[in-house]
Amino acid sequence: MSTPLLSVRDLVKHFPIKSGIFGKVSGQVRAVDGISFDVNAAETLALVGESGCGKSTAGRAILRLIEPTSGSVSFDGHDVLTLGREELRRLRRKMQIIFQDPFSSLNPRMSIGAIVREGLTIHKLAEGAAADTRVRQLLDEVGLRPEYASRYPHEFSGGQRQRVGIARALSVEPSFIVCDEPVSALDVSVQAQVVNLLQDLQRDRGLAYLFIAHDLSVVEHIADRVAVMYLGHIVELAPVDMLFDMPIMPYTQALLSAVPAPEPGVKRERILLTGDVPSPANPPSGCVFHPRCQHPAKDEECARVVPPLEEKTPGHWAACIKQNAPDFFIPRSALHRSVPSPVNS
Amino acid sequence: MDGASVRRRLVRDTRVRIALVVLAVIALSAILAPHIAPYDPKQQLDITHLNGQPPSLAHPFGTDPFSRDVLSRLIFGTRVSLAIALSAVAIAMTFGTLFGAIAGYVGGTVDAVLMRIVDAAFSIPTLLLLIVVIALWGDIGIVSLTLLIASIGWFTVSRLVRAETLVVRNADYVVAARALGMPGWRVLVRHVLPNVVAPAIIASTLAVGNVILLEAGLSFLGIGVRPPTPSWGSIIQDGSERVSDLWWLTVFPGLAILITVFACNALGDALRDALDSGQLLSSFDDAPLSS
Repeated sequence: MSTPLLSVRDLVKHFPIKSGIFGKVSGQVRAVDGISFDVNAAETLALVGESGCGKSTAGRAILRLIEPTSGSVSFDGHDVLTLGREELRRLRRKMQIIFQDPFSSLNPRMSIGAIVREGLTIHKLAEGAAADTRVRQLLDEVGLRPEYASRYPHEFSGGQRQRVGIARALSVEPSFIVCDEPVSALDVSVQAQVVNLLQDLQRDRGLAYLFIAHDLSVVEHIADRVAVMYLGHIVELAPVDMLFDMPIMPYTQALLSAVPAPEPGVKRERILLTGDVPSPANPPSGCVFHPRCQHPAKDEECARVVPPLEEKTPGHWAACIKQNAPDFFIPRSALHRSVPSPVNS
Repeated sequence: MDGASVRRRLVRDTRVRIALVVLAVIALSAILAPHIAPYDPKQQLDITHLNGQPPSLAHPFGTDPFSRDVLSRLIFGTRVSLAIALSAVAIAMTFGTLFGAIAGYVGGTVDAVLMRIVDAAFSIPTLLLLIVVIALWGDIGIVSLTLLIASIGWFTVSRLVRAETLVVRNADYVVAARALGMPGWRVLVRHVLPNVVAPAIIASTLAVGNVILLEAGLSFLGIGVRPPTPSWGSIIQDGSERVSDLWWLTVFPGLAILITVFACNALGDALRDALDSGQLLSSFDDAPLSS
């Protein structure tokens, strides 16, 4: 197996909780608590999980847009976390990011041409007329009319703005893009267009994506592999088909059961998790999921032992000490891609 | 929010139209002072027959105890008062904006130190400080007076700008600029500053009125603009000992101050309304149906 483009090992990001007038550190929010994964060239790894599980923090820590607390990130042979300022600036050309909110991701006081052009100027990729041409090419490539270059962000719709954000990321010719929930804020019809654009760009340019999302139907469509995050930990990591067909981790099973059925009449049992997600400032001992876990074999051991992320079957990693193979404790019919209900057949 | 819609909103505002016309007239009379003033503002016309004369056809605003034409002094005084106010505010706004933006953007220890400086500055009673400094300094010129006033005016602006910077620095477009590898100072200049100046501009428009008042107050106390140079405050000072019989020395410059300050405040308020509602409108106008 070739070396992966991106290797993340034991990445940790704790945010200190400061209290009192002198800002004494009284605790830590364990936003990302030791995650490891690889992303191969031209591959899409989806990072899924509910709000607040640390997936966006992870994406930003990898790019050093926030400084990780510890761990290592290796990108294309560079140790990202030890790079000096200048080296990091140069490496940023290769690692880009696309944002969730198409409204705050573009500077309202700059024309979209100027926005897309910035990367070219910073890395001296093109100047003057050549840069103008390049900007028009980039806009064209993301499906915007090149004449739009002189317009301002408020003149565009959410989907169009998202395309501008993509063009900005592409301007520096990256090989890896963190897509931080790029379609979550868009209308469903526009979501599909943007997802297709991302897939076309991946095919044409050999891009690798870290696709952060909470919408599993989008993930199933775009991802090659999926990592499931819960409370700062990766609890399951597998190729997309394996994960959707045979989830091992009880949390993943519950997550998949919550995906709305694509066809009317398909009936599925929901696994309803009880309770709230615990606070990442005070995570549960042992397996972070154990207070909400409905696995029949759950016992005190789960509250004591931190489950390692193990390769349970080839390529399929999961962190659970009770479930060692994808033999379901939930009736199979309850899960995603379930057999059509009698009404339909 | 975009410039065009803010401009449209401002032009439709009656307050703005009136304030702009008033300020334009005042500014024009300052610029054209030598051409429209009927007399030399410093010339004593006839100390025996023309001292302290009430308004007449020859001297519409009367004359002062030194037999100088009050209308001419008022017109030339506009120059001095406006020049001091506008330059003091411009200096204070520039410095305050940079100070606040750097504190907010860099954050951490730098922010803490810079903001404690502002806190300390806020705790000094400014008028008292000015009086003490001028008393120690002795005779000061218009330039020094302007710098002094500017030096006590930038705190408020820096606070406002810092607060705005704290919001903007976390906006995705700032993160995107950093992700592109843009050096910090350039992110500050290109992305942060253009998006935080709105509150500074509003505060400055309002501050012009205050500085006119401050300068008038200092001149009235005899520690601002030195005689024989006319400013609105110093004209009032010339008549201060005989207010009851030389009322025209108080009323006309007083009205000039009142109207100018009123116009500045109206403009500042309208600007604030336009910029605020601009932000609200744009976030509602464009909100996606989903999410």
